[in-house]
Amino acid sequence: MAASETLIRTTEPVGAQRRPAAGPWATAFRKLVRDRAAMAALFVFILIVIGCSFASYYASSIAHTLPFSSNLDGTITIDGQDQPIIEESTEGLGLGTTPIGPTWNWRTYFLGADEQGRDVMARMLYGGLNSLWIASASTVLCLLLAGVIGVTAGFFGGIVDGVLSRIMDVIWAFPIFLLAISLSIVLINSSINIGPIVIRGGSLWLPIFIIGIVYVPYVARPIRGQVLSLKNSEFVLAAVGLGVPSHRILWKDILPNVATTLIVFVPLMMALNMVTESALSFLSIGVQPPDASWGTIIQDGQNLLYSRPMVALAPGIAIAVTVLTLNVFGDGVRDALDPRSKLRIGGD
Amino acid sequence: MLNTLIRRLIQMIFVMFGISVIVFLIFFATPGSDPSARIAGRNASPEVLAAVRKDFGFDRPLYVQYGLMMKKLLITFDLTSFQNRGQKVIPQLVEATPVTLSLVIGGAVLWVIGGIAVGLAAAATRNSVIDRGLMILGLIGISMPVFWLGEVLNLITQSRFHDTWMFSWVPALGYKPLLESPWEWFKTMLIPWISLAILYIGLYGRVLRASLIEAGEEDYIRTARSKGLTETRVMLRHALRTSLITFVTLFGLDFGDLVGGGALLTEVVFGLQGVGKLTYDALRSLDLPVILASVIYASFFVVGANFVVDMAYAILDPRVRGR
Repeated sequence: MAASETLIRTTEPVGAQRRPAAGPWATAFRKLVRDRAAMAALFVFILIVIGCSFASYYASSIAHTLPFSSNLDGTITIDGQDQPIIEESTEGLGLGTTPIGPTWNWRTYFLGADEQGRDVMARMLYGGLNSLWIASASTVLCLLLAGVIGVTAGFFGGIVDGVLSRIMDVIWAFPIFLLAISLSIVLINSSINIGPIVIRGGSLWLPIFIIGIVYVPYVARPIRGQVLSLKNSEFVLAAVGLGVPSHRILWKDILPNVATTLIVFVPLMMALNMVTESALSFLSIGVQPPDASWGTIIQDGQNLLYSRPMVALAPGIAIAVTVLTLNVFGDGVRDALDPRSKLRIGGD
Repeated sequence: MLNTLIRRLIQMIFVMFGISVIVFLIFFATPGSDPSARIAGRNASPEVLAAVRKDFGFDRPLYVQYGLMMKKLLITFDLTSFQNRGQKVIPQLVEATPVTLSLVIGGAVLWVIGGIAVGLAAAATRNSVIDRGLMILGLIGISMPVFWLGEVLNLITQSRFHDTWMFSWVPALGYKPLLESPWEWFKTMLIPWISLAILYIGLYGRVLRASLIEAGEEDYIRTARSKGLTETRVMLRHALRTSLITFVTLFGLDFGDLVGGGALLTEVVFGLQGVGKLTYDALRSLDLPVILASVIYASFFVVGANFVVDMAYAILDPRVRGR
């Protein structure tokens, strides 16, 4: 005993402070911070979030526009000349109208107007807020549900597992857009009352709720598998053999491991949810007018695609860039936390 | 083997039953509004409402309603659309199916070729500029919403560059049947195929690269190398073969999913009257019977496709059979 103590003492450099070994979280964090691509992606993502959070300031103090009400008879002044926001068409029969194109001037109609004469730039910022909010909230909802279901099924096994796994099988096999369409068509125009919670038709909570639910099996299945294999791992078997109560095993041994997996899923699910939200909004079963999201603006721009392409192009670029940053950052998080992991998510 | 088959078959039937129950509950048993009003659509007369109520048994217990719905869908095939002046729904679906199949099969050919090419090229030039570039392009492909990509392609080929030599061959949007004129069919479908395939080329390229690199560290690859085989041969004959198992499974799942509704967005953007577009039009006019039928048929198709994939997997990989 004494000999080994001296040995330990002598191996330490003289005068050095004893430094505790870095924990797994600290190691992962340091690895993530060193990942330049992931950090650059995170930086761009944060810029996008900050930019969108200036939506109401931009609309009221810079562009002086009302992004949610139509402006069909308005005019703006460009180079000292008054121009109508909605121009009468000069082509063909002279029927129809064309909204004003991009002015490339920060102060007014930077990206032009949509068919209702609303400032697309201001709507882009508001829409970005909604898209980001829906993607984040549905991610949280999805991961919470999936975590609870996956851990419960894996940990308790038996009939609980049987029932939960069969439900997951059914939702998993359901094509995502069809499930979302079915839910939306019934729910979108009527309000839901679940006890004290009232969700009005057209509320942002509907897309959040729908997107959050459809991807639950996506996450719950790998979590269940992980809990099952943890339950049979040596350190858990040892704890069981030592008589550690099962709630303590759950809390101390299972959950920290599951938490890593859930964290790996966060950015990747956000990316997937963002694309899904835009698709649902494009199909007009997501965010409801006059509210905006990047998906609804693409939809607004569909009729103007050949005359004023910027209305549809700009929000699509915003989605692609945001989702790209989330995917790159997500890859970095996965490499840092779980280098050998097989967790992979594809967009759809 | 037979055991696995029977067990999977039972599981498949259970999942189909589960899906039909969920659909039934969503459409007919969600509180909020009268289900016969949902079926009959907007501005239905009281007589129509009463007829629908009787026809679907909304005054009878839930299990009778469920039975009636399934009977209309799967036995008598006489589900009718009230929005669309009593047109039968299921023949409409049958008519739209070839369009969806044309789109998805053509897209699948493109993405399998593209995915394998990208995966092989990236794995062979691992960590080089080519590899990095391909992986970044793949990520960009994954990050773009497919309907937006379709619109951008339309903008380029139908409007902005349509009058140049590059895209003057692109016909107007819409579908031309394969049997009438194969060449026209090919020309109308090519741009939609590309639009559909780009996401999957990115996805499959990344997955294949990862699994090729993983395979590269296995013993049998080292053996193959130490036998003096060329790098090309090791890559194509040894590494690629095992990596393709993952690839095939993924392919089966994605293919089923696309036919069963996933191609909806592409169909809408390119004006192809497939099952997805039919569902979309029904969604706009709140034509519930059409949506009901397409949801049930499409999800049954997906479940069936997953079953086929599992069976193929069991045949390919002997380890699965025992379980």
